[in-house]
Amino acid sequence: MLFLLRLIATLLHAAAVFAVAPLLMGAVNKFRAWALGRRGPPFLQPYYELYKHLRKTTLVPETATELFAIWPVAAFLATATAALLVPGFYTGMLTAPTSDFITLIGLLALARAATMLGGLETGFGFGGAAAGREVLFSLFAEAALLVVLLSFVLLAHSITVDGIAVAFATGHIGISVSLGFALAALLAVALTETGRIPTDNPAGHLELAMVHEALTLEYSGRFLLLLQYTAMLRLLLWMDLIGTIFFPFAMAQADSILTWPAGLVLWLIKLGIMAALLPLFEISTAKMRIFRVPEFLGAAMLLGILAGVFLFVAARIGS
Amino acid sequence: MNLTFSLAHLMGGLILLCAFLLLSQRRLAAMITLYQVQALTLSAAAVWQGFAQHEVNLYLTGIITLALKGVLLPIALRQIVLRFNLTRAVESTMPMALSMMLGTGLIGIAVLVVLPSTMSAVSLTREDLAIALSVVLLGLLVMTARRSALAQIIGFLSTENGLVLAAIGMPGMPFVAEFSVALLVLLAFLVVGIFLLRIREHFDTLDITGIEDIERRGR
Repeated sequence: MLFLLRLIATLLHAAAVFAVAPLLMGAVNKFRAWALGRRGPPFLQPYYELYKHLRKTTLVPETATELFAIWPVAAFLATATAALLVPGFYTGMLTAPTSDFITLIGLLALARAATMLGGLETGFGFGGAAAGREVLFSLFAEAALLVVLLSFVLLAHSITVDGIAVAFATGHIGISVSLGFALAALLAVALTETGRIPTDNPAGHLELAMVHEALTLEYSGRFLLLLQYTAMLRLLLWMDLIGTIFFPFAMAQADSILTWPAGLVLWLIKLGIMAALLPLFEISTAKMRIFRVPEFLGAAMLLGILAGVFLFVAARIGS
Repeated sequence: MNLTFSLAHLMGGLILLCAFLLLSQRRLAAMITLYQVQALTLSAAAVWQGFAQHEVNLYLTGIITLALKGVLLPIALRQIVLRFNLTRAVESTMPMALSMMLGTGLIGIAVLVVLPSTMSAVSLTREDLAIALSVVLLGLLVMTARRSALAQIIGFLSTENGLVLAAIGMPGMPFVAEFSVALLVLLAFLVVGIFLLRIREHFDTLDITGIEDIERRGR
């Protein structure tokens, strides 16, 4: 019975994640437009766009190999798996034991590799340049993630996202400097990974300056739909990850059905707040030069190291 | 883990974070803003400590910090940037990555030094002391890593913030000492301001490499 309940919870979580992802992107775009004093596209715009891509012809460039079609699917599958692993509104899902942080990093890396290969596929310049930049960014981003993971494991004695959320929700840890540093580091990585403003401009149309968009330039129709949906899922995944690890308070349990509605509502509120904060941050900063980004991520990595250092301090004080 | 400790710890961490980010900034405007955030956090930390220790003096420290370093000095610094028409980017003497790595190393050293030497003290004070010493060292690093005189002043002011942080965490620190430190900083700022004017008159720039050249030739 308990197993069945957890199975239902997991399926519900999957459905919610897949359904909400475009809405989240729409909310971010809408809030961004509001913050800039514009009316903005409707909240449901991403759904319309996905539907539009569904009806368009899918073209394959002449110079592309047979693998051209595989990369969007691979990127989508890897990101979707990662999104299913990160608990959104309740802990203790069936996927909880496998929501290993390192697995997540690996899945994200897999998705990134697939997108990069897709960008390189047709051999045109912008895709290649963007792939090179993406590699440069991910080198530092992954290192930062691994370092941040160290302090999580030290604090929560668990390597799964689910276990970290459970440990942090109990409140034994309190507010600690390390967590602040880890949050800063994770935010920097999240901004880079989702291609938001200090490192990449999601609304940009200048091919030279694009990173994430330039990789998808040659794709059309259903492939483009998959890639765009992957980007939306990635945004939701990162917001979920940050929300679950740093604000796990009052999350529902998968094996008690009565806590589900509150958890779901809280999850939507959390996402809404993050969707509002992201554009506010974006419009108050300028995009960095490409070669500043490694520095930015390097700072994130050092913050992660600092978080670890202060944890060791706390351990030696024995508080 | 009570709230007093957690909040004091968090604010100390924020101050340290600001000091660390000062190292990574290339623009004067961003450095001044970071300094302002640091000072505001410091004043909040002082008031919180005053509340926790039931010390009226610490409230005063907080208010002085707020007025002097949170409002007055940033305005003055921005005025200097405007008046002198400074280039907004700061040149650094070493690569950013290197200076940030050095900064991390310094924090590690501060932690390693403070912990064994204060074994007998209360844990709250010890961790705060480690953070305060890190802020002081990072401020010194900012002063060595930047060429522009104004950026060096910001480093100096950040160092002083670290000192105040150490002072407010210590129960029984006399108010006179803090007050005189605050006054000293204001005086130092005035002196340096005049000094900047003189440098500027002579070399048309606030880059202090010119002075180093003269020094070398003089020997």
